[in-house]
Amino acid sequence: MSEDKKEIDEVSGVDTTGHEWDGIKELNNPMPRWWVYTFIVCVIWGFAYQFYYPSWPLINDFYHGAGGETQREKVHAELAVIAQERNQYAQRMATMDIAAIRNDSSLSIYAREGGEAAFGDNCAPCHGTGAAGFVGYPNLNDDEWIWGGSLDEIQTTINYGIRGVHEDTRLNDMPAFLRDELLERQEIDDLTTYVEGLTDSSIRSTSATQELFIDNCSTCHGEDGKGIREFGAPDLTDAISLYVTDRDSIVDIISYSRGGVMPSWNGRLDEATIKSLAIYVHTLGGGE
Amino acid sequence: MTFQNDPPVVSRLTQSLTASCLALGIIFAILIAAKTSSGAMQFHAFIIIAAFLAGIIAIFNLGGRINDDNAKASPSGVYYNNTIVKYGVIASAFWGIAGFLVGDILAWQLAFPVLNFDLPWTNFGRLRPLHTSAVIFAFGGNVLIATSFYVVQRTCKARLAGEIAPWFIFWGYQLFIVLAATGYLLGVTQSKEYAEPEWYVDLWLTIVWVTYLFVFLGTLWRRREPHIYVANWFYLAFIVTVAMLHLVNNATVPISFVEPKSYTIFAGVQDALTQWWYAHNAVGFFLTAGFLAIMYYFVPKRAERPIYSYRLSIVHFWSLIFLYIWAGPHHLHYTALPDWAQTLGMTFSVMLWMPSWGGMINGLMTLSGAWDKLRTDPVLKMLVVSVAFYGMSTFEGPLMSIKAVNGLSHYTDWTVGHVHSGALGWVAYVSFGALYCLTPWLWDRKGLYSLKLVNMHFWISTVGILLYICAMWVSGIMQGLMWRAYTELGFLEYSFVETVAAMQPYYIIRAVGGLLFIAGSLVMIYNLWRTILGHSANEATPENIDNAIAAQALGE
Repeated sequence: MSEDKKEIDEVSGVDTTGHEWDGIKELNNPMPRWWVYTFIVCVIWGFAYQFYYPSWPLINDFYHGAGGETQREKVHAELAVIAQERNQYAQRMATMDIAAIRNDSSLSIYAREGGEAAFGDNCAPCHGTGAAGFVGYPNLNDDEWIWGGSLDEIQTTINYGIRGVHEDTRLNDMPAFLRDELLERQEIDDLTTYVEGLTDSSIRSTSATQELFIDNCSTCHGEDGKGIREFGAPDLTDAISLYVTDRDSIVDIISYSRGGVMPSWNGRLDEATIKSLAIYVHTLGGGE
Repeated sequence: MTFQNDPPVVSRLTQSLTASCLALGIIFAILIAAKTSSGAMQFHAFIIIAAFLAGIIAIFNLGGRINDDNAKASPSGVYYNNTIVKYGVIASAFWGIAGFLVGDILAWQLAFPVLNFDLPWTNFGRLRPLHTSAVIFAFGGNVLIATSFYVVQRTCKARLAGEIAPWFIFWGYQLFIVLAATGYLLGVTQSKEYAEPEWYVDLWLTIVWVTYLFVFLGTLWRRREPHIYVANWFYLAFIVTVAMLHLVNNATVPISFVEPKSYTIFAGVQDALTQWWYAHNAVGFFLTAGFLAIMYYFVPKRAERPIYSYRLSIVHFWSLIFLYIWAGPHHLHYTALPDWAQTLGMTFSVMLWMPSWGGMINGLMTLSGAWDKLRTDPVLKMLVVSVAFYGMSTFEGPLMSIKAVNGLSHYTDWTVGHVHSGALGWVAYVSFGALYCLTPWLWDRKGLYSLKLVNMHFWISTVGILLYICAMWVSGIMQGLMWRAYTELGFLEYSFVETVAAMQPYYIIRAVGGLLFIAGSLVMIYNLWRTILGHSANEATPENIDNAIAAQALGE
C-alpha cells in the first residue's frame, strides 16, 4: 500500500518513499557520493592498518601483523636510547663523591638540570616549585639550615628524611611542655616572652625566665638560642622561622610541640638522582 | 484513515500482581534495613520502603480514574498516553538543572580547591559521579524515556503498551536516580566510571530497564503503520544495547546480600576493557543512538520537511550499530591492554566516522528547502546547531582515537572539552529542542510563551559552550605539550605541579562558560513554565505579524 503513496516533493523535485509517520515523509535521495567514498576509504585504511599491526585475536594467540611492530618494543627501544645517553653520567655519578660531581663541569650541569626535574616532581608539592617553602615546610633558598646546608648534609637529609621511615632518618622530638605536664601555663607564657625577646630587643625578660630557658631549652637550642644543628634544633634568634611566630603560635609550639615529617627518599629515588637533588638544592642560594 | 481504539482500562489482576511484587520488595527492604551494618544501605532501604508504599497506593488509584488526557482520543482516534510524557518533560528539566549545577560547582572546585570544604560529601571525588550520572542518566535518561514514549506512540499510531508499566518505568527510574545519587554522596560506589551504583541499585535498574524494553516492543507490536520509523530503530538499539552493557559491566559478586559492597568478576586489564567497552558504548548507544532518534523525529517535524534520504538512514544506522561496539579500546591506548585490542579499537573508531556523520547529513539536509525557517524559529536553530555540534564531536572522536593524537590528548582536558562539546552542544541542545517542541504540544498550547526567550537561551548557552570547549582545547593541548616537553639533556621540562598551575586561568574560563550554560537553561525553565501556565508574551514575531495582517484584512 505504501507504493501507492509515492509522490514528488515539490521543493526538491525528489520522489518520496511513500512511507509516512505522523506527517513525516522520507525522500528517496541517494546517499551522498562523497560520504560513500570517504566511508570506503576509511574502511580500506582500517583493514590495511590491521594488516600491518597486531590486530585480530586468535584462539591461543593473536595476529602479530605484517610489520611485526609492537608498542612495547618501541617504548623499550626509546627508553634504551635515553638510558644509554644518561648512563655515561649516571653511572659515574653513582660512584663519585658528591663534591667531586659538583667540581666536574659537565656532570654538575647534568646534576643541576636533573635535580631541578626531580625536584619538580618529588619535592615541589611541599617545598613549592621555587623551593620557597610554606608554613611547616622550610624555604630552601635562604641561609637558614635546620639540619645543615653542606652538600653532604643535604644529601643525608634527602636520603633518610626527617622523622621518616628509614632507620637512619634524622630524628628529634621536642617535648610538648604543657601536654606532658613539664611546665605550668605561666612558665610557658614567660618562656614565650623570652623567645620573643630573642628577636625583638624591646621585649625584656627577668633573669628567672632566662633560667627557665636554660634549664628547659638550651640543651637543644643552645644557651644563646642560636640552635644546634646536630639536634636539628632551629636558631630562635633570627627572623627566619619554619612556623608562624605570633605570640599565640609560640605558646602553642612550646605547649604541644611540632614534628613535621620529610620522607626518606633512599630506595625511592636512585643514587644519582638523590645526588643531583642535593646539588640542585645546594645551588639554590643557601648552600654551605 | 482513522482508527478507533478502546479507551484504556487498567486490569484488576495486573494491579494486584504489581502491588504484590512491591509488597514483597518492602519485606526484603525491611529485612535489609534490620540486618545491614551499613548506614547508607539502611537509608536506601528506608527510601525503597517509602517509594514502594507510595507505589502501591498509586497503583490502585490509577484504576479508579484514568487521567483526563488519557480518556480523550486524539483526532486520529488513538488514546495516546500523554500524561506520562508530561511527567518526563518536567523530570528532564528538573534533573537537567540539578546536573548542570553540580557540574559547575565541580568546575569552580578545580579552579579553587578550597571549595571542596574539606567535607566528605562535598568533595570532588563524590560530586563528580553525581554530576556525570545526573546529566547523563537523570537528565539524558528522562529525555530519552519521555521522547521515546511520545515518538513511539505517534509514529506507530498506537497507545503506549501497558497502563501500570509506563508509570513503573518512570517512577522506578527516578528511584534509581535517587538511590544512585544519595549513594555517591554517602560514599557508596563500585568505582566504575559512569557505572558507579552498587549491585542492588544495578539490580533495580535492570528490572526497570527490561520493563522499558517490553513496553517499547509492545507498542511497536501494536502499531497501525506498515513500517517502523527510523527514530524507533534508534530507540530500540539504544534500549537493547544499554541493557546488555549494563548487565555485563555490572557483573559483580556482593560480599553479602545485606551489604552494599561488591567485587567485579573481571580482573585487571579485562576489567578495564569491559569497563571501557561499557563506557564507550554508553556514549554510542545512550548519547548517540538515543539522541539521534530524537533528531530523526523532531527535526523533520519542526522543519516540516521530509527526511533527506531513506537509504542513508538505513546504511548509517546499521554501520553505526555494527562499528560502534568495537571502538571501546581506544580509551586504553598505551596501557597494559594488548596491542591487538588497541589496533581494533582505533581502526574501528576511524571507520565509525562516516556512519556517525550519516546522521548529521540526514539531519542537516532535511532542512533543504526550509533554511529560511532558521531566521524565525529559534527552536529549529537550536536543533540544527545541535546537529552541527554532533558532527564536530563525531569528527573529533575518531581523530582523538588515532594513537599518535591520543598520545598527546589522553588524560588531558582536551578529552573533557571533547566530551562537553558533545554533551552540551549535541545532547543538551537536541534535548532542549525536543522539550521546546513537546511542551506546547502536550499541554495543548498554541505555541511557546516566548520565542525571544528561546533565542536568548540559545545565545547565552552557545557562548557558554564555546567558552567551555575553547578553554579546554587550549588547556588540554597545553597540558599535553607540557607533559612531553624535554630539555636537551632528556629531563622533563615541567613538573606536574607546574602544569596544574598553568591550567588555572582556563579552569576559571570553563567555570564561567558553565555558569552561562546554566543561566540559559534557567531561561528555558521559565519559558516552559509560562507555556504550561498558558501564557503568551504576544511578541511581534514575523508569524504573528502575518497573522495580524491577515486578521486585519479579514476584518476589513
